[in-house]
Amino acid sequence: MARKPKRPPRSAAIRARRPIARRPRSTPPPVGGLDLHRCEQFLIHEARLLDEGKFDEWLALFAPDAWYWVPSEPDQPDPHETVSLIYDDRRLLETRVRRLASPRMYSQEPRSRTSRIVGNVTIEANDRNACTVRSKFVMIEYRREQQRIFAGTALHRLVRSHGRVMIAWKRVDLVNCDAPLDGITIPF
Amino acid sequence: MTSSETLHSLVQSGRVHRRLYTDPAIFEVEMERVFGRAWIYVGHESQVRKPGDYVRTFIGRKPVVLVRDAEGKIRVIHNQCAHRGSLVVANDKGNTDEFQCCYHGWTYHLDGRLKAVPLQHGYPRDFDPNNPKTAMVSAGRVKSYRGFVFASEATDGPSLEEFLGHMTTSFDDMIDRAPDGEIEVAGGTFKHAYEANWKLYLENLCDAAHPLFTHRSSIDAAQQQSDAVYSDGSGEIAIRQMRQNGAPYSFWESQVGIWTYPNGHSYLGDYHDDAKLVAALKDPVFRDYIAAMEVKKGKAETRRVLEVRRWNSNIYPNLSFMSQFQQLRVVHPVAVDRTVVATYNFRLKGAPEQIFRNTISFANTVNGTGSLVLTDDLEIYNRIGMGLSSEGAEWIEIGRGLQSDAPDAHGGRQGKNSTSEVYIRNMFDAWLRYMADGRAAMRAVS
Repeated sequence: MARKPKRPPRSAAIRARRPIARRPRSTPPPVGGLDLHRCEQFLIHEARLLDEGKFDEWLALFAPDAWYWVPSEPDQPDPHETVSLIYDDRRLLETRVRRLASPRMYSQEPRSRTSRIVGNVTIEANDRNACTVRSKFVMIEYRREQQRIFAGTALHRLVRSHGRVMIAWKRVDLVNCDAPLDGITIPF
Repeated sequence: MTSSETLHSLVQSGRVHRRLYTDPAIFEVEMERVFGRAWIYVGHESQVRKPGDYVRTFIGRKPVVLVRDAEGKIRVIHNQCAHRGSLVVANDKGNTDEFQCCYHGWTYHLDGRLKAVPLQHGYPRDFDPNNPKTAMVSAGRVKSYRGFVFASEATDGPSLEEFLGHMTTSFDDMIDRAPDGEIEVAGGTFKHAYEANWKLYLENLCDAAHPLFTHRSSIDAAQQQSDAVYSDGSGEIAIRQMRQNGAPYSFWESQVGIWTYPNGHSYLGDYHDDAKLVAALKDPVFRDYIAAMEVKKGKAETRRVLEVRRWNSNIYPNLSFMSQFQQLRVVHPVAVDRTVVATYNFRLKGAPEQIFRNTISFANTVNGTGSLVLTDDLEIYNRIGMGLSSEGAEWIEIGRGLQSDAPDAHGGRQGKNSTSEVYIRNMFDAWLRYMADGRAAMRAVS
């Protein structure tokens, strides 16, 4: 049943809006094993799972109390006071992924194909066993003779748990988050 | 092409011609006769609370500005400079002392009157800045019903209250649910777009026969979801709503009604029986809310308000709203085959914060561009746009329940049950009156 989140999502927004330039680093210290290279490899792996439609494996990257957020406004401070293109707690994220496998998901008949590039990866905050990673992405989505381009900034909170890296939360800010859009079915 | 006789021949008992959804010439006439004559919803007064507050919106395709002027009066003015025609107001919303065109600096008062013109000596001698022709032109008429602002480009015709008729009770229902008796637009907006005709949108919002098919994937996924998995409360609302869409046909046919009223308006009865989604069912989630209501309104009035059970209320041609979760959707026709819909949420003043959080969760579920529900509705609109182009069946069937339409107690017609298409027939009755009645038709007959 509903529980209070351990970390109020507001904190993500505060981090998101803080200018990164105040914390220049050339070689991030590999605290807890989450150095820049490891983070980049993780993001590339995640993007590949999504492009290949391995949504169950993608879901398995998320922690049991994770959330996944695509705001509807630039610099949106909170997912509970303002609507979001997507705001899934873990329970809804599971439902979203289960639906993606449904043969009766008509908005995925025919299926989309996607191709994404992840880059400009920086580590924004690095604690003992967790770090916040900022990256840029471009995703091309092709479906039914139309190609759409999505681009934006992703923030991942990555945690090490039992030797694995998991997503504690993920925020995706689209550059066109407030544009009139046709439906979004494939996660970013 | 769009003569009165032709238009009458395109709307028949229980069916309409497919051209009504595909013909650019008919769309042009709709913009003039439907969107140019009806009362069009343009916004809520809470969006322009202070003098100088403005938001951009549309009457049909026409860009207009909803603004509160220096005297506090609500205005709707065309967003066009009287000089060389440039769009004057470019930001979606804001606060300003005046509007200034970025081309030659013509400056306007908040009510649209011309305020100043650079190099005025160079204009013709009879140039008069007080001439209404040099203003950002006002809409024909502007009127609010309890904070909901409508504009009509027709300077005469039915008053707003005559136009709304019995549907004023749906607005009352939304406002009555606020313990303080006041609501405000809050929580951002969605804009979604599809490649098909504007009429399809309202035709879907009271359609009780589609969820079991169209939304099957989200119904199944939600029904299979374990409630033991972590939710911060928002996912729980979403999943419960998706499960409710799986109500069996027998339920829609026995427990839910549909009512329609003159000028194309209608509302669908509520179909929810989940205690977390219906305040009247007194789940603990609503305990604080009901307590706040009873403090302000008393027990009897609170019970009366919460026992009103309406789902979507449609105000033809461009508005649909829903009081239970304080949602509002505005239809913006762009072209015969392109439509944009903007959605808004309301905060019930005096209600506990959790009620508004539920409103946001609900908005994400049914109006969100990435929602598990709306995406399949958008797919339907797009497929109708593509399907009609096949030019197979010539007529669109809207006859379901035709034999059992019955008068209701408030001057309208009700369907035998919620799966009746009576509300679509009712919209086309209004459409035909706007499109083909003699006076309205005079200018555009070809």
